[in-house]
Amino acid sequence: MSTDTNAPARLSTLDSLEAEGIHIIREAVGTARKPVLLFSGGKDSVVVLHLATKAFWPGKVPFELLHVDTGHNFEEVLEFRDRTVEKLGLRLQVAKVQDYIDDGRLRERPDGTRNPLQTVPLLDAITQHKYDVVFGGARRDEEKARAKERVVSLRDEFGAWDPRNQRPELWNIYNPRHLPGQHVRVFPLSNWTELDVWRYIEREGIELPPLYYAHEREVFARDGMWLTPHHSVRVADTDVIETRTVRYRTVGDASCTGAVESPAQSIQDVIAEVASTRITERGATRADDRLSEAAMEDRKKEGYF
Amino acid sequence: MSTAPETTGVTDASAIPDTNVTSLLRFATAGSVDDGKSTLVGRLLHDTKSILADAYEAVERVSKERGSEEVDLALLTDGLRAEREQGITIDVAYRYFSTPKRTFILADCPGHVQYTRNTVTGASTADALVVLIDARYGVVEQTKRHLAVAALLRVPHVIAAVNKIDLLDYAAGPFRSIAQHVQSHAESLGLPNVITVPVSALKGDNVAERSENTPWYDGPTVLEVLETVPSIDQGADAFAAAHRHGVVHPTADDAVAEETGWRLPVQLVLRPQDAAVSEDYREYRGYAGQVAEGTIRVGDEVVVQPSGKRTTIAGIDTATGTLDEAHAGQSIAVRLADEVDIARGDLLSSANDAVTASKTFHAHVAWLTDRPLRERNRVLVQHGAATVQAMVTSIDGILDISLPGGTLDTSIAKGKELQLNDIGVVTLQLAQPLAVEDYGTHRRTGAFCLVDPQDGNTLAAGTARAQVPGTEDETYISI
Repeated sequence: MSTDTNAPARLSTLDSLEAEGIHIIREAVGTARKPVLLFSGGKDSVVVLHLATKAFWPGKVPFELLHVDTGHNFEEVLEFRDRTVEKLGLRLQVAKVQDYIDDGRLRERPDGTRNPLQTVPLLDAITQHKYDVVFGGARRDEEKARAKERVVSLRDEFGAWDPRNQRPELWNIYNPRHLPGQHVRVFPLSNWTELDVWRYIEREGIELPPLYYAHEREVFARDGMWLTPHHSVRVADTDVIETRTVRYRTVGDASCTGAVESPAQSIQDVIAEVASTRITERGATRADDRLSEAAMEDRKKEGYF
Repeated sequence: MSTAPETTGVTDASAIPDTNVTSLLRFATAGSVDDGKSTLVGRLLHDTKSILADAYEAVERVSKERGSEEVDLALLTDGLRAEREQGITIDVAYRYFSTPKRTFILADCPGHVQYTRNTVTGASTADALVVLIDARYGVVEQTKRHLAVAALLRVPHVIAAVNKIDLLDYAAGPFRSIAQHVQSHAESLGLPNVITVPVSALKGDNVAERSENTPWYDGPTVLEVLETVPSIDQGADAFAAAHRHGVVHPTADDAVAEETGWRLPVQLVLRPQDAAVSEDYREYRGYAGQVAEGTIRVGDEVVVQPSGKRTTIAGIDTATGTLDEAHAGQSIAVRLADEVDIARGDLLSSANDAVTASKTFHAHVAWLTDRPLRERNRVLVQHGAATVQAMVTSIDGILDISLPGGTLDTSIAKGKELQLNDIGVVTLQLAQPLAVEDYGTHRRTGAFCLVDPQDGNTLAAGTARAQVPGTEDETYISI
């Protein structure tokens, strides 16, 4: 074989992933009655939104955004979320876990984490607004159960995912058909890795919440993670609070999303760090995925993202 | 109890593969139960240093709990709870790894007969298929089935990894006879270039690193093949053209040198009006899609199917600027010189080498659902962004992989029903004309799915055939 793989390919890996993501978004919107994007202000949903702005240019993104707010989110991320929505002239729906706790539909868990509580408000919002196509930023490389999820994934009336009965997904032909009451989740970043996402953020100059870059923060060690003494976190007398230079690799619920110690202040620093890091993204910073070996699979079956 | 988090380190950025430059290769793995496929996948991930510390430590821990001496790399790929409990793989799992030369998307397909539909799923997007063969047993029925799927879906490159050669003391004889068997069977199926590699996934021989135990083998490792074969994004269309012109081992150079017509399935008509990003684009009208094949240039004459109308490319747009030309794989929008009635599902093609539309065609279908297909069944044909109602007017045969020396064309047994995992030849009658092409030369526009009109489930993977051997039928699509 005389192929010269050192010569630049006609499409680079990032070109291919971008084109695939745009294709998926256009395809889903082409068949949808009322699509919506789950938008938290986290880097993956920000990249999906960026792809959507490209997919429909010179028109605006033709769908609403939905955020399930646990009430435990970082202020900086909420501020970024609202600014992004305003800049693009889009409409944001917010489903609040706090509302459900206040009127008794949901109860606070003993451990204080609210990530598992997001499922009910999410499904209620999907039903209430009659969304039939729900875009998310999930990637298959994040977690073992996600590695088996389709790009277009059918959910039943309870939002449940049946991993043993998934439709075959052939070529680049996606099948979003569903019966009344059902919906599909669509994951345009299915084939992206964490490094691809960061490379793309660098290439496109995409703005992110500042938490993703190194900053000084008061933290304490718990279960091998650095948690910050946010109002949502119960700090014990024995917890030692100290100031360290940290950044977040994911920005979820502050009660269970840990920071990593890092000097990475720029996108380039982060890329170097991601490329050399020895811990998987979720393993390092998400307490909720550590609950059991099948934690994510169980939550997905119940209708989680 | 609190333990301190591990600090992550920052290294020299120049050592990181640059995905702005490297290309992407999609490949799939297939094998029978106990061929060691999960071990091979684990070995590829391990030897390319794609396994992160916490994932490796988890596997190490579980291996010890199960009383295993060596770290069981197969555990890296067990995803779902039922799979762990039963010690089997149920569904296609996607893995991601890279080397300095390339990034890889691996569709890891389960080997059980009842999960052949997953092999079809994984192979449909693959630039290359790695078929696992146990060196102790050689070519078995499941191997023939996997090679048949590769032939049916025209996977550009097939690698037969003859595994567990360590159990045969790295002897050359058994490998050579298996390689010969693979070659003759593959040739009968019309698979031109199968590369056979002797490996031990468990010990690491010839997977990512050349083995010292096989001095009689001077071919590439599995990884070397994957790093060097041209991918579909480097020109799948022209790749098929190279095949047409009799190039048996096409390289990336052959792939890009050939100039053929182009194809653009229309996904959306972009008419922003009040929702335009600026006043300048209020009256914009563009046709959005991903180039399926070829290179579109401004000024090209266009044929629209199924209407047959003609116009010219006035412009090629992306959000970041206009282009003079767009290549296969790119998601773009085109503006046309004339106001032509075009909707989602239409197919634009170059007037030079244009597509034609037809209301009937023959196809191979891999039946992927429990309920059997019978003649006169009504289905939906999903082709690109188009969906049309259809009827299966006849089931013309079923591929019987057990027939000796059989090819996809001759291994046809009579039958009037397709069962789960059967590959059959069918004739489809459509309610509206569709621009379907021969899959052998047009991988994107020759592919389609059959969908259940009632519950919406995907029933079959279909590949259109320009003609079916042994028939004088003139109604099939003409290319």
